Amino acid sequence: MTAIVSVKNLTKIYEGGFTALNDVSLDIEQGEILALLGPNGAGKTTLISAICGLVSPTSGTITVGGHDIISEFRAARSLIGLVPQEITIEPFETVINTTKLSRGLFGMKRDDAHIEETLRALSLWDKRKSRNVELSGGMKRRVLIAKALSHEPRVLFLDEPTAGVDVELRRDMWNLVRRLRDDGVTIILTTHYIEEAEEIADRVGVINKGEILLVEDKTSLMSKLGKKQLTIDLQQPVEAIPQSLSSYPLTLGPEGKSLIYGYDTSAERTGITKLLNDLAAAGMTMSDMSTSQSSLEDIFVDLVKEDAP
Amino acid sequence: MNWYAIAAIYKFEMARTFRTLAQSVASPVLSTILYFVVFGSAIGSRIDDIEGVQYGAFIVPGLIMLTLLTQSVSNASFGIYFPKFIGTIYELLSAPISFIDIVVGFVGAAATKAVMIALIILATSTFFVDLQIAHPVWMFAFLFLTAITFSLFGFIIGIWAKNFEQLQLIPLLVITPLVFLGGSFYSISMLPPAWQTVSLFNPVLYLVSGFRWSFFEVADVSVGISLAMVCVFLALCLTAIWWIFKTGYRIKN
Repeated sequence: MTAIVSVKNLTKIYEGGFTALNDVSLDIEQGEILALLGPNGAGKTTLISAICGLVSPTSGTITVGGHDIISEFRAARSLIGLVPQEITIEPFETVINTTKLSRGLFGMKRDDAHIEETLRALSLWDKRKSRNVELSGGMKRRVLIAKALSHEPRVLFLDEPTAGVDVELRRDMWNLVRRLRDDGVTIILTTHYIEEAEEIADRVGVINKGEILLVEDKTSLMSKLGKKQLTIDLQQPVEAIPQSLSSYPLTLGPEGKSLIYGYDTSAERTGITKLLNDLAAAGMTMSDMSTSQSSLEDIFVDLVKEDAP
Repeated sequence: MNWYAIAAIYKFEMARTFRTLAQSVASPVLSTILYFVVFGSAIGSRIDDIEGVQYGAFIVPGLIMLTLLTQSVSNASFGIYFPKFIGTIYELLSAPISFIDIVVGFVGAAATKAVMIALIILATSTFFVDLQIAHPVWMFAFLFLTAITFSLFGFIIGIWAKNFEQLQLIPLLVITPLVFLGGSFYSISMLPPAWQTVSLFNPVLYLVSGFRWSFFEVADVSVGISLAMVCVFLALCLTAIWWIFKTGYRIKN
């Protein structure tokens, strides 16, 4: 795998002195779907804007397809498609002309067949002669995507593509993203929705306060998610874990009222049955029990919380 | 240069012109006709010929310049301000195009539209007055140079403006007075000597004078100076554009 987008030591301090990005380094591999997760104001959009040339970096370097985004901006930018978070679209022009403009802006020769294909793929063909202002919110978002796809980008940035979008359109977008990936397009999307990252991303990056806290394969993240906890509430509090149970990875709950047992659901044996038998043998009586699973959301919340001052 | 991009911007902007044809073309033509009726026929019939030129004809170059200047400034300033206002400028900034490409596309379209309207007004005016053009090549040279220069100026205003009010401010408070006081409707020789000197500081005077010379060979200042002044103003605008490009002023964080 080679990095198609490489961000090195990127810092962005806005004029007012606000540090939006602090020494961020990130390699995005060719053909992957990377989801950037982070709360509002974490720096997701600034990161994308810096890569796309909308924001000038304070320091650091960015290359796209090996081209520096400043000294070789034409080569770098012609690889990139950007779908912005806000719906910004020329209101009085028609769908098809807006889309054609984008293709031209990116220096590509007129290709009506490609435009038609793009508009059809986004179910916009029937609306091609409508003015943008007449479209619904979801349709406008499709137009933004059509604009980005009109110039056949190799790297596609989707800044919160499914914010405020109905379930059907969200599914459509996910399918579209997968199709594009199959065509070899690298996709970077930002999202608030953990399930979106879980659903389509190959890798997940968590960003907060201008720093990347983690970038990991979704599968290895998922294996962390595979960990479950069994909490056993005891009728009689204990002061210590009995000797006979020392072979289990147990921790004592608050005030000795419960035992907490961590186990791996993907393992062949969870050891729960044996533990419960041994508990009974040790003369302990349970009042209740519950299990919990850490989700990507928990990991995310923990990461972001740890990061708080 | 990214020619496809320049062509795309140009076409998109021209499409706006044709989409709003009534507003873009009909209204300047109508207001020019009104000027002819008021200044040319009603008042003009009581005014003597100026340097051998009938007053109705004398004001034609001034009227064309008036429209050319205001149209160039408003087309170009609106053209670039609107994407800033609605946010579509993100695409211009993220496209593989340089600021020069953007300027050529927008200014080219704004100037084209202004020249188109100027020519329509010229054609309209032949219905009212007997018109002869002594130096058509120079007339077109002044027309194009002025349209390009003031479209650049408009582009700068569009970049500078933070709201619609500011967008209107310069055309209203600067361009209009300069045009009216720049000898569009009179020869500065008709003014008291002190005001003649003041008028020489008005850049529009040189445009109108040079343009009028290309029609009637009658001018307030020599045509060479007129041409030089247009070029100076063009150079100033290009310098400002270059500075905006270097600093990303009001377009990029």
